[in-house]
Amino acid sequence: MHLFYRLVVPLLLLLSPLARGEGMPAPDFTLPTLDGGEVTLSKLRGKVVLLDFWASWCRPCRRSFPWMDRMQRKYGPRGFTVVAVNLDRKREDADDFLRLMQPGFVIARDPGASVAERFGLKGMPTAFLIDRQGRVRHTHRGFRERHGEEREAQIRALLAEERP
Amino acid sequence: MRGRAAAGALGVLLLLVQGCAVQEVKPWERDLLAERRMQLEPSALDAFLDLHIYISKEAASGGYGVGGGGCGCN
Repeated sequence: MHLFYRLVVPLLLLLSPLARGEGMPAPDFTLPTLDGGEVTLSKLRGKVVLLDFWASWCRPCRRSFPWMDRMQRKYGPRGFTVVAVNLDRKREDADDFLRLMQPGFVIARDPGASVAERFGLKGMPTAFLIDRQGRVRHTHRGFRERHGEEREAQIRALLAEERP
Repeated sequence: MRGRAAAGALGVLLLLVQGCAVQEVKPWERDLLAERRMQLEPSALDAFLDLHIYISKEAASGGYGVGGGGCGCN
């Protein structure tokens, strides 16, 4: 029994981030952006990326936008970037939402949800925090104001890591 | 006897096969559920006021968490 608690439980705790896919390289993708360009994940190598999946009808997504905007403004100059992937079926829904929010970060479109599928999206909003080497290090499921501080600390920690 | 066992097995199989009919709703497909016409109450404020008036008239019923003495003013 002692052995169990001393060895097996810490081992399982160590492995649990692996089970969530944390530390694994993020699948690469190229998606069109709303401003008519393109975004390719592998081209952002060397930056800390917050890859967020959202939809206009998702209320917690609405709450997460001001926070993401703050993070972008605060840490953008240090090599941080938010890529928010919209999953609305109709583009106009996304446009209405963005007219209200005016976010200062990249918005991509994935109406077929193929990228969301590859990331194994379970709900919205979900954001994957990707380090400078392109590995998914943290998964943010849902959004509440109180999550902000902890997640900001994660961003700071990843920014402090060496560039590849 | 064997016929009945086979029929029973077929019945169980049919019951189990129903599980395959359920398809997972993906998060990006929930947009339809979020639509206003899909809500149980299309207007939350209307529903609240209706309930408030109903409970203030029907003193013996209630338990909806909406108080009121009958004047309809609180």
